[in-house]
Amino acid sequence: MIAERHLNAIILAILVVIPAYAVIADEPFTITLATKAVILALAGVGLNFALGQGGLVSFGHAAYFGIGGYAMGILASHAQSYTPLMEVPFVIEGTNSMPVIWLVAVISGGLLALLIGALSLRTQGVYFIMVTLAFGQMLYYFAISWPAYGGEDGLSIYVRNQFPGLNTLVPIQFFGLCFAILLIVLFIVNRLNKSPFGLALMGAHQNEERAKTVGIDVYKMRLVAFAISGAITALAGALFADLNRFVSPVMFDWHTSGQIMVFIILGGVARLFGPIVGASLYILLEHFLGGVSEYWQIYLGAILFFMVLFAKGGIIGRLSKKEQTHGG
Amino acid sequence: MISKTAKHTLKAFGAATALSMTLATGAFADGHGAVKVGMITTLTGGGAGLGVDIRDGFMLAVEQSGNTNIEVVIEDDQRKPDVAVQLSDKMIQSEKVDILTGIVWSNLALAVVPSATAQGKFYLSPNAGPTQLAGKGCHENYFNVAWQNDNLHEAAGAHAKATGYANSFILAPNYPAGQDALTGYKRYYDGALAGEVYTKLGQTDYAAEIAQIRASGADSVFFFLPGGMGISFLKQYADSGIELPVVGPAFSFDQGILQAVGDAALGVQNTSQWNKDIDNAANKAFVETFQAAYGRLPSLYASQGFDTANLILSAMAKADVKDQDAFRAALKEADFASVRGDFKFGNNQHPIQNIYVREVIKEGDVYTNKIISTALTNHQDVYAAECGLN
Amino acid sequence: MSTLLLIEQVLNGLQFGVMLFLMAAGLTLIFGVMGLINLAHGSLYMIGAFAAAAVAGWTGSFVLALMASLMAAALFGALIELTVIRRLYARDHLDQVLATFALILIFSEATRWTFGSFPLFLDTPDWLSGTVMLPGGIQYSLYRLAIIIIGLIVAAGLFLLISKTRVGMRIRAGENDREMIGALGVDISVLYTMVFALGAALAGLSGALVGAIQSVEVGMGEPVLILAFVVIVIGGIGSIKGALAGAILVGLTDTLGRTVLPVVFSTFMEASAATSVGSALASMLIYILMAGVLIFKPTGLFGSA
Repeated sequence: MIAERHLNAIILAILVVIPAYAVIADEPFTITLATKAVILALAGVGLNFALGQGGLVSFGHAAYFGIGGYAMGILASHAQSYTPLMEVPFVIEGTNSMPVIWLVAVISGGLLALLIGALSLRTQGVYFIMVTLAFGQMLYYFAISWPAYGGEDGLSIYVRNQFPGLNTLVPIQFFGLCFAILLIVLFIVNRLNKSPFGLALMGAHQNEERAKTVGIDVYKMRLVAFAISGAITALAGALFADLNRFVSPVMFDWHTSGQIMVFIILGGVARLFGPIVGASLYILLEHFLGGVSEYWQIYLGAILFFMVLFAKGGIIGRLSKKEQTHGG
Repeated sequence: MISKTAKHTLKAFGAATALSMTLATGAFADGHGAVKVGMITTLTGGGAGLGVDIRDGFMLAVEQSGNTNIEVVIEDDQRKPDVAVQLSDKMIQSEKVDILTGIVWSNLALAVVPSATAQGKFYLSPNAGPTQLAGKGCHENYFNVAWQNDNLHEAAGAHAKATGYANSFILAPNYPAGQDALTGYKRYYDGALAGEVYTKLGQTDYAAEIAQIRASGADSVFFFLPGGMGISFLKQYADSGIELPVVGPAFSFDQGILQAVGDAALGVQNTSQWNKDIDNAANKAFVETFQAAYGRLPSLYASQGFDTANLILSAMAKADVKDQDAFRAALKEADFASVRGDFKFGNNQHPIQNIYVREVIKEGDVYTNKIISTALTNHQDVYAAECGLN
Repeated sequence: MSTLLLIEQVLNGLQFGVMLFLMAAGLTLIFGVMGLINLAHGSLYMIGAFAAAAVAGWTGSFVLALMASLMAAALFGALIELTVIRRLYARDHLDQVLATFALILIFSEATRWTFGSFPLFLDTPDWLSGTVMLPGGIQYSLYRLAIIIIGLIVAAGLFLLISKTRVGMRIRAGENDREMIGALGVDISVLYTMVFALGAALAGLSGALVGAIQSVEVGMGEPVLILAFVVIVIGGIGSIKGALAGAILVGLTDTLGRTVLPVVFSTFMEASAATSVGSALASMLIYILMAGVLIFKPTGLFGSA
């Protein structure tokens, strides 16, 4: 048992060492896997803010992940074909600049979460879980049948978008970029968690009545938290699209929502680093079990199942001594 | 249902191929002529039957060749495009393969092929032939060994026209391949349309559509509903008592799923570039050996996997894969005994081939197809003209 | 669109709804009594269909196949309840979602390992195939009519079970106050196993009934599972009455949406585009319905807070 702070430092160190080793050993695919872990962890950090801190169990975060992905796909495909996005009432051009794409992803993810949250937060408990799922499915079917951006085929972007001063096609440079973003977001989320806003959010999660009696507008507070959460996950979606140089409606699928949730539960709900551990472990399992047998998903299922039964509070919960509340 | 012995073989085979099946790699110590093939295909979930067939057909050809210079790495894409993209990165970056192949679905192929060919790898498609890769988006390193997506639908349209249907009801799922299917049919069919319906992707209940067909006054029905969707539609259609003739592409009448459709498929005419009764030596041997090895009749997908492997083997006999230009030229010659008989590539490196009309029959206890006519002879896709290759 | 066609589509919607009800009833019971979100309910549906296909293959009897589906799903249900599911009752919804998600992976691939990667054959029996002429000249599938009738019988049976029998009384008590019923000396763990097995049996039965006119394949349970969740959320979780109302509402919305929307759009759009846009909207329609219901009634139509 070690302090969570120290555990977190170790986790970060591992995340840096593995790709660094991969560069030396010339194993670019290991870097790709590490990048995938970092990006999915970021999506998890987004959900964890709503789910862990706020107790808002969203089963529809694929909506924001997908919106981020399509923000990248739509902007980059217009840049690729040199056709403007729209000409009336004013001209909007596509772009292949990552910072612009990220900004668009964050804003559209935040706005979408604001809209969905405003409607969904009227419900609670299982109803909230299911209504968020419903919104995710709506977008999924919309994306499949909307022909303008490829429908089910999705959109291929042949070259990774650009970031000033970097060659993003070099795996380790793109990894560094994603890792830096993850660190910045972790820093911000950590500050938020400890701010009066974050404490009130956690307070309302644990005891809604008490929060109301001290004069907090719980609905409005949760709505803001939900929008922040959606914005972070959308950013991850834009990065994921850039990792694959490809977007498709699968990003909107309910399996994606489920997976992001699995990362959090595996790592530890409401733990700052929970999604990082969860996403990394999931990717490791997927990668190594895939080689064991054609029926590898049986093993994956069994491992996930025993994790739930015997590692309550997730892996970080098991390994660290600081107790944290685990609400739901 | 698969017989016990077959299941056993499959299991043993699955265990052997699961991660990376290396067939006698010792022989190419000097490195001359060795080829490493990365196969990305669907081996888990609902669509696994297609991927399993492609893999089995491919590996059968490799084994039969006795060629020890070919190594095949097989991975499961779970039918997810992002997984397929990452596997192709892995194949290219870590496994350092020379050739990629195996993808079943168009949307996955669109995700993988452009970046693989851009990185200087060959891609040989054993099943999907999306429009985008046949026309302006064609590439000198991309070869399609199956068909362009429109081909079988065009043949269905041609067959409908030749039969004299004048008022077709047509339906397909609402996604790009479905839209292409209806476009392909209409390209050769010139009668009226009694109805044109897009269903939901993955839909399993067709009562509403069948009621529309009944009320539409159509004289024939064309449908493209791959996988489980087609099984559901055919069973429900047969149960509805509507007697209108049905035409469709081979996908819903293939060996793998016919047994699950049963009597509902009997007599249905469908279009395909291959069938087990095509009369040539290669095909006879293929059908026999496939059945002996796996205990089931080969499917369309297995035949395409088999042809893909033989195409690679034929090119290996002529050129070293490291000499890309020579190897590409060797592939383009298509100098192998295809199980479908005559086979050659057009300028966009998609097949020029006959497409047949088959009818579903019952041989003993087994549902299968027999060829009744040729819908299109030496057929080439319409996009070839837009392709800059020659 | 003619009135006759519209009536037939209403029947189709009703049949789709009744089939959804069989799935949703078990799901809502299990949630109502044990507080469990069971994503693996779709796997029980699949197990029922596979058991039916296997037995129909051996014996050729559809009735035996249906019984096999009930028994196999109930047995499996009881088995997983006794071994693993009961450890989840005390956990929060998150843990339940993850654990039952893991069960889906295990069941799907284990089924594929046992039965192979290709769909199985299961057909309607001769005495239920073909069509009947309904009053007004509607030609309707006999089998679909049978599904409607079986579904309504099951619904009536469930209402009687819950309102008139001792077991039903305990179920209702369990829904209202879980600790109370334990204090009354009812052997709660037996009750839980029974409820779970009952829900599983219903899922298995609907899998077998539907399997005869659809495709019996791995993964067949997942789309139905999501629909069943939509149904019980619209109806109000834990309420059988709500599940029935929700199921019929979803069945009608989906079926009529699919057929009516393209026609509506074609009044002001070009035909091909209207089909495409209309069916795109139709595929989103039930989710729009669900979101709409929850926004105005946050605990569903018949749910209690």
